[in-house]
Amino acid sequence: MEILMAFIIGILFMSATYLMLSKSLLRIIIGTGLLSHGAHLLLLTMGGLKRGAAPLLGEHAPSYTDPLPQALILTAIVISFGVTAFFLVLAYRTYQELGTDNMDRLRGNEGND
Amino acid sequence: MINFLILPILIPLISGVLLIFAAKHVMLQRWIAGLSALLTVIFSALLVQKVKTDGIQTLNLSNWEAPFGITLVSDMMSALLVLTTSIVAFACLIYSFKSIGHEREKYYYYAAFSFLIVGVNGAFTTGDIFNLFVFFEVMLMSSYVLIVLGGTKIQLRESVKYILVNVISSALFVIAVGFLYSVVGTLNMAHISVRISEISEVAQPGIITVIAVLFLIVFGLKGAIFPLYFWLPGSYYAPPAPVLALFGALLTKVGVYSIARTYTLFFYHDTGFTHQLLSTLAILTIILGVIGALAYWDIKKIVIYNIIIAVGVILVGLSSMTPDSLAGSIFYLIHDMLVKAALFLLAGIMAAIAGTSNLKKITGLIKQYPGLGWTFFIAALTLAGIPPFSGFIGKVLIVKGGFEAENFWGAAIVLMSSLLVLFSIMKIFINGFWGTPRAYKDADQVPVGKLMIAPVILIILGVFYGVGSEFVFPYISQAAETLSNPNIYIEAVLKEY
Repeated sequence: MEILMAFIIGILFMSATYLMLSKSLLRIIIGTGLLSHGAHLLLLTMGGLKRGAAPLLGEHAPSYTDPLPQALILTAIVISFGVTAFFLVLAYRTYQELGTDNMDRLRGNEGND
Repeated sequence: MINFLILPILIPLISGVLLIFAAKHVMLQRWIAGLSALLTVIFSALLVQKVKTDGIQTLNLSNWEAPFGITLVSDMMSALLVLTTSIVAFACLIYSFKSIGHEREKYYYYAAFSFLIVGVNGAFTTGDIFNLFVFFEVMLMSSYVLIVLGGTKIQLRESVKYILVNVISSALFVIAVGFLYSVVGTLNMAHISVRISEISEVAQPGIITVIAVLFLIVFGLKGAIFPLYFWLPGSYYAPPAPVLALFGALLTKVGVYSIARTYTLFFYHDTGFTHQLLSTLAILTIILGVIGALAYWDIKKIVIYNIIIAVGVILVGLSSMTPDSLAGSIFYLIHDMLVKAALFLLAGIMAAIAGTSNLKKITGLIKQYPGLGWTFFIAALTLAGIPPFSGFIGKVLIVKGGFEAENFWGAAIVLMSSLLVLFSIMKIFINGFWGTPRAYKDADQVPVGKLMIAPVILIILGVFYGVGSEFVFPYISQAAETLSNPNIYIEAVLKEY
């Protein structure tokens, strides 16, 4: 199961890298979304995917899944959610002010400030 | 009071929350922000003294035993860095009062400022690797707000790139933590160190080396080392002077601190590959930084490239791993935080007077502003490491440690870089301050006298730090002792080991 997950995460990282190297700002943001999906799935996989009950003590199960990676992922999800929301609004403002979403035309030099 | 070490995090956090409610009352905001910054300085100074007398301070949050809960650890290095951060923040804050303008102040400038200090102080104090990630994000999120606040075209354009780079490096950080957790099964830094020692008794496994390099990439992206510094010159060029000073003095240094922490606490068993890599990258960082600092005719750009050079110098000392060079690195790190902040603030004043930061359009400032000129001159000498000032001792120790560890290239490059740093910064002084005076359009509106307070405080502290090194050195050597002997740190955190 971990091997399958490793392949899936690898494909996610591959797509994320491809998208982030493109010119359109929106594609780049989609790339960051895929990258954080990959990172969160990786945390879950690296914590181990052995069978066990959901980490609720009410289950009275003989073994539980590891609760720590789940807490870490929950933290990482809200952080990346906040950053992505900020990034999207920033992209919107940039589009309004500079009138382009092409990264080639967002270059800086003396005359372009 | 056992909870001393949380106060430098808690005070700015509370004031940040209060500042959100006081958004439209600019004077009230200034008072709250100023008072909390002053309190932070006082309490972090008391914390340094406490660590000096009683050894490493640890605090298990909510009374959970060490490897299971989050532990805050304040050894001498982090206490000193917290103190320096608080001082730099206080100086940048009083500079902001006169320079940042009501438009920005009304839109949560001081709140974002306070949260940035929460993030930096937290990152220096935490003893848990995932908590370090969270404090990094607190710091970065506030820095995104500060870099784009005002919404001019250049700010929007550059913050897109800044945020993208940091999103990628944060994802890499999560990945690195995931790998490390799957190998050692713990997140507490001291406990990770113990576990890595256990599995490295015969030889360090390859996976630990891979994780070490991954951490170097993550923190190198934050701290701007050689192949990963490309985002810094553009992004730091965009924000106004006090924000730039805050970023230049604090943000990259958090990355450097994290490299220092992980490379002395986790990955010290097999230094053959990892520390050799660190040393090579540090040398290349210095060379590329020097090339940048010499190439530009722009005040801000020159000082920005000097950040990169300083990061390289500190890492050269770190990669030698002798007690002398570690002490030198810590000494230079603190010196650099103080002096870089002062230089950026002075450069900000120059740019405000002239209305441009292009060095070819500025000349003869010393006629009208002698105080500014001579302060800048002292700052320049301090930066280059001329003997009575503070850059000297750090560099001497780094070079001495480099020769002891037979890291001859590193030591030689550090020595040569000093000369070129002096040249690049004297270029600003000679071209900007000497020559025939020229009248600048908006120069009368710049309150130079009031703006000078902050950099003068920093420079006085910097000079004291160099001249009074006999007084400072016991603190530095205590910090270096913890770095060169991780068992002190581990014993302080995990009581039974």
